[in-house]
Formats: sequence, structure tokens, C-alpha cells
Amino acid sequence: MACVNPDGTMTPSAIAILTALRSAETAEEIAPLAGLPLFRVRSALRELVAAGLVAVDDGRHSLTAAGVARL
Amino acid sequence: MIETEAGAVGLPRLNEPAPPFEAVTTHGTLNLSDFEGRWLILFSHPADFTPVCTTEFLAFAEIFPDLQKRGTDLLGLSIDSVFSHIAWVRNIEEKTGVKIPFPVIADLNKEVASKYGMLMPGESKTETSRCVFFIDPKGILRAMIYYPLSLGRNMQEILRVIDALQTATANGVATPANWKPGDKVIVPAPNTQEGAEERMKAGYECIDWYLCKKEL
Repeated sequence: MACVNPDGTMTPSAIAILTALRSAETAEEIAPLAGLPLFRVRSALRELVAAGLVAVDDGRHSLTAAGVARL
Repeated sequence: MIETEAGAVGLPRLNEPAPPFEAVTTHGTLNLSDFEGRWLILFSHPADFTPVCTTEFLAFAEIFPDLQKRGTDLLGLSIDSVFSHIAWVRNIEEKTGVKIPFPVIADLNKEVASKYGMLMPGESKTETSRCVFFIDPKGILRAMIYYPLSLGRNMQEILRVIDALQTATANGVATPANWKPGDKVIVPAPNTQEGAEERMKAGYECIDWYLCKKEL
């Protein structure tokens, strides 16, 4: 997992994406805020949704309560 | 695509959608669709911790900023584990000071290599050849180059191909032999007699109606 380490802690890129989600919703908006390439953000968002930390609706992403708790 | 006895799959075709994939990489699990909206150069190398491949990775890292300026991402691949990839890119950085900035697919089951025809059983049954695929922002395969195991790739040619593809796409033109940015481009030849007559009056630099160039 590129977002969650085997010990359950978050990777720096995952933290950057979760932080960016406070003010951005799409991968295109998040990438420059997180300082990551677009492909990394798209991949990470899939992981974060699967982990229950991010919700997605029609391409727009938001932090879940569990996601907020990780920040 | 046709599967052969050796397990290799026929080559993908130009101007058709690039074969989709989901793959484990040094930057996490990536899908081809993650690169949509940008150009992508997908390349394979025979194996980690090998001499020619190491010079190529250093060279790809060197042109990485130039590719970024062209809206182009890089994605490597070989039939090695992700742990081998990680160890190799860390070793390259330790020994040379060069950080490898692009992801590398760990294609241990040869799934992506097979889809893209990267395996040349006559050359090696266990290593991918040196293939380069140029995929446009819509996911269409626009060019591909194959090199044998013994021949390290020319990065200036890779940059030139990207420049030529982007120029042709943006301007509806073709590029002549040895074209480089700033050179004149070829106006597509007319396909009617009327068009041929008009072409000679159009003010282009023409050798004849079928070979006309213009400045961009």
C-alpha cells in the first residue's frame, strides 16, 4: 500500500493528500496542493477510499470521519 | 492479440487504445488510466542491477525534467519484484547521487509485458526487451520502439519522438526525416487532383504537390 504502511501508519504522501482534501475535491485539484503527480493522487485516492478514509461521489472526494481522525 | 507458444502476446497496434493494466509499482498500484490527460512513456528494461539498464535509468532520470515540461510521465517495467526495484533504485542513488523519480512496474507474472509484446523469446525468455511505448493523453498508443538487450536507448531520440508526436497532434502536420523542434514540418499531401492543383498555389515550400513544407 502506498498510503498506509504495514504498521498502520500513514505515508507522507497520504498525509499530504488527506490535508489537501480539506480544500480540494478532485484529483486534479489535489495534485498541486499535495505536491504529487496526478497519477499518484489518482492511485492514492483509490486506496484511501478502500481504506474508508475518503468518500467519493461523482469524482468529488471528501474526508470521512475516519480520515479526519488521521490528521 | 494472438498468444504464441512461448506465452508472448502479439504486439499492440499503433493508433489503437493502449492495453489497459493494473500493476504493482515502486509508487504503489497504478492503472494505465491514472495517466489519462498526460502523455506517458512506458518502457521496459531487461533486469535490475544490470549495467546497460543502470545507464539507461540514469539517462531517463536526466531527461525526466524535460519530459515533465512536455506534460509527459515516465513508467518503467521489468520482470523483477518490487523489492528488487526498490533496492536497485536506492543503490543507484547511493552510488551515483541520482534519485530515480519515476515509478517502475514489478511485472513478475509478465502480465503487462505480455500485453505489450515486450517479450522476445528469441532473445530472452525471462527478460523484457528494451521497448518504448508512447501513449497520448487519451490512452492511444502513438509510437513504439524496440531495442535489443545489448543496445542502450538514445534519450534525445525519445525526446524527439515526443516533440514530433505533440507537434503533429497539435498542428495536423507530419514531420520529415531527422526533424527536430524549430524545423519546417510537412503539410499532409492532398488526396484529390483539385487539392493538388490548389496546393501549388498555397504558398508553401514545395518540391512538388505531394511534398510541401511550412514553418510553424
